[in-house]
Amino acid sequence: MVRFEDVWLKYRSSARPGAPAHDVLREISFEIPDGGFRWLTGASGAGKTSLLKLIYLAEHPAKGLIEILGTRAANISRREAALLRRRIGVVYQDFRLLPQLSAYDNVALPMRLAHRGEAQINADVTEILRWVGLEGEIHARPDELSGGAQQRIAIARAVVGRPKLLVADEPTGNLDDEQAQRLMLLITALNRLGTTVVVATHNMSLVERYPAPKLRIEAGRLVENG
Amino acid sequence: MARRDDLGLRAALADRLLPMLVAAMSFLAALALAGTLASAGLAASWQAQASETLTIQVPQPDDPDATGKTTRLTAVQAAVAQIPGVANPQVMSQADENALLTPWLGEDATQLGLQMPGVISASWAGPGAPDALAGTLDKVSPGTLVDAGAIWAERVAALTGSLQDCAAAVLVIVALVAAAVVAVAARAGLAQRRDTITLVHGLGALDGDIATRFANRATLLVATGAVLGTVLALPVLAWLAALAAPFSGEMAGGSGFSLPAPLWFALPVLPLAAAAIGWITAQLTVRSWLRSLP
Repeated sequence: MVRFEDVWLKYRSSARPGAPAHDVLREISFEIPDGGFRWLTGASGAGKTSLLKLIYLAEHPAKGLIEILGTRAANISRREAALLRRRIGVVYQDFRLLPQLSAYDNVALPMRLAHRGEAQINADVTEILRWVGLEGEIHARPDELSGGAQQRIAIARAVVGRPKLLVADEPTGNLDDEQAQRLMLLITALNRLGTTVVVATHNMSLVERYPAPKLRIEAGRLVENG
Repeated sequence: MARRDDLGLRAALADRLLPMLVAAMSFLAALALAGTLASAGLAASWQAQASETLTIQVPQPDDPDATGKTTRLTAVQAAVAQIPGVANPQVMSQADENALLTPWLGEDATQLGLQMPGVISASWAGPGAPDALAGTLDKVSPGTLVDAGAIWAERVAALTGSLQDCAAAVLVIVALVAAAVVAVAARAGLAQRRDTITLVHGLGALDGDIATRFANRATLLVATGAVLGTVLALPVLAWLAALAAPFSGEMAGGSGFSLPAPLWFALPVLPLAAAAIGWITAQLTVRSWLRSLP
């Protein structure tokens, strides 16, 4: 379950250290049951990425309660937070692939961080790379691949560990229609297997093609939930 | 954390500058360590020799003493024999005294008509320096001089103690500089790999896993530099040991490549200590930096 209760997020300006923090998100409250699917929509700058960062524990809220996969995010130890992050798959808007690693090693990274055995890593990484259509590019480094291929590696890395919660920030932004469809098949398959999914997108045609409850944000406030 | 170089630390913690800096510091540390051990050895040897020697000079030795019953030299000799801690008092013969003066006054010293003092040599076996001896003997025979080796031994001990303190301070400073160098290198590596570290942190890497990866890399580089610096110091130390050998027979084993035995045990500690400094410093630096992440 993902639960937000009156959550506020403030950012302090790094350019003006003395300036007061400004609100990025205000009074955010929603709940996503285990195995639920939510589209996260809103204009650019509305706060979608900030909300996702709170979900995948990359930010601390200024106030409010956040519960992720049954764990209250406040007051957990750094170790507990790290172990919780391993149960969350994240597709970053800017991919965040490691340039020194091959496609295979980028996808294998979360499993290695979780100390999985190499045999299991090999089977799972090979399978997921085949799923995203990159089985022929396993040795390629990110800078040798197109933007779409890099995005597919980022998606493969997010789902290879069969996360309990999948958070995706504009996952289809660099994909053609066919690849976007293929990705949505993968995400919905994971969702059917019990993974809770939150997908932030601008692509309203995608939202219409895969109907699901929406979280819509405007100027840092949740204006639609359901 | 994976075994391979997922974090790109081979590039982030480059294998040239850090080992070279550590090698230079290990070289200095080896010299300081050798200085500490050598000064301790020389001090022990010099103190053992000097503290036992006691030389008493009695002017006008053949004049009558205050009682008029005997000569000043005989009176002092008798008084010396009664003082606890003084052993084997012996009056130096005229021949020995002449032999002692020959290098300065020539073979015909006895023909110069100089008024030579009587000399009594003895051993000091008492505790501490025989400070009160001169006063006691001056009352028996005014003008009597006491040259006590123990006084020199104490001065030598103070000097060598200061040298050892300086050498220890150098070792501490070198250790602190080494820690600072590792901290700076680790922070530079973190800055260079900020995006990578932030990503693996977000993927669930434990602080300890990330810090250990940095620490292992830093330890390897520091240990390599420390071994290099220590090995480069060996010929210099052997040369210094050869120079110091005449001052203490125990400090060098003779000709060829020879070092004092304590140094053979102490030098291997340097790379181990450097590695420990590298590992601990890298761990602390990286863990502290990771605290800035949520």
